[in-house]
Amino acid sequence: MSGAVTSVTGDASFNQTVLQSTNLVMVDFWATWCGPCKIIAPVVEELAKEYAGRVIFAKVNTDENPDLASRYNIRGIPTLIFFKNGKMLDQVVGAVPKAQLKSKIESLI
Amino acid sequence: MLYDVVIIGGGPAGLTAGLYAARGRLKSLLIEKALTGGLVTTTEWVENYPGFEEGVTGAELAQKMEKQAVRFGLEIIQGTVVDISLNGNIKKITLEADKFYEAKSIILTTGAHPRLLKIEGENEFRGKGVSYCATCDGAFYKGSNIAVVGGGDSAVQEAIFLTKFAETVYIIHRREQLRAEKILQERAHANPKIKFIWNSVPERITGDNIGVNALHLRDVKTGEKSSINVQGVFIYIGYNPNTEFLKGLVPLNGSNYIITDENMHTSVPGIFAAGDVRSKPLKQIATAVGDGATAAMAAEKYIEENF
Repeated sequence: MSGAVTSVTGDASFNQTVLQSTNLVMVDFWATWCGPCKIIAPVVEELAKEYAGRVIFAKVNTDENPDLASRYNIRGIPTLIFFKNGKMLDQVVGAVPKAQLKSKIESLI
Repeated sequence: MLYDVVIIGGGPAGLTAGLYAARGRLKSLLIEKALTGGLVTTTEWVENYPGFEEGVTGAELAQKMEKQAVRFGLEIIQGTVVDISLNGNIKKITLEADKFYEAKSIILTTGAHPRLLKIEGENEFRGKGVSYCATCDGAFYKGSNIAVVGGGDSAVQEAIFLTKFAETVYIIHRREQLRAEKILQERAHANPKIKFIWNSVPERITGDNIGVNALHLRDVKTGEKSSINVQGVFIYIGYNPNTEFLKGLVPLNGSNYIITDENMHTSVPGIFAAGDVRSKPLKQIATAVGDGATAAMAAEKYIEENF
């Protein structure tokens, strides 16, 4: 809720930050070698500031968390998945414009 | 703010134009809508660009080009151009959110984007098995079966790359032989993980809530239908130029590529085009950088003569 993007590693951290949240959570699945992920990262950081206190923003490195990547059936990155109350609500695949992410967040918040 | 040169698109053509313009002490701005480097960044390994005897990754080559241009004063911003209008000699470049810049000259280096198959399931399974970037998504297909659609350089090169992860890579091609460079063909034929399905076109992609599980094909000679079990479909069937936003500003050829003279000048004074977006016989990094250099020098000459 701090306005920053929380880096999540491992099940315990994912459960606590993402699944147990009653607020909307947007999780950015990414990796260091992925070009489009570098485009979306600053956008996610801006959104985290704009929605501070209302939406939680988290990121999961798919190389360090292959189990999480396969549990959520990630087949391409960046993939952004939205959660609320432990439920997966929606997802966006690929680097999309900020305006599109904002309208997605507004519709799910 | 009036720039001497505004370059639209940050691939090899744009970055080279920026390098030459900045070294020419022109006030230069490059506008990139996504990630600097363009299509090069979606290529795992570049072997045919001179100067890198062992080859270089697409991402590294792009980063080096960007740093080199920025070192000499090229300004780079991220933004999407939605309109260009002319006011006498001055060109107004409008971005999303009504931000705009003015320039004495423009170099269009917007490149091209991968062509779609336009078949059932392609859009539905995008990011869930359907991909246009092996470098981006290949690592998620460890031990899977993959279909690569196409027979050109990109298709064959990325099929070879995907064998690092996949169990079997099928190359689906509508002809009987590949169009790719001979050296790539030799490597593909020698790779035990690559299987060829000739004279065939994809008709439908199907899957379940996890993602793609089959690609349905039609033999173009016999009309016979078949399907293969694959978890991934990588599509490399060519490119379409990124010229829609120009809305008729400069003349295009029948395939919507920009027509220029040998100095990269379009028929609109002060507007140049370089790289893959231009109508020309060979679209390679090596030809894009040549175009970029030529366009920057021609822009400099145009400014001297007209301002």
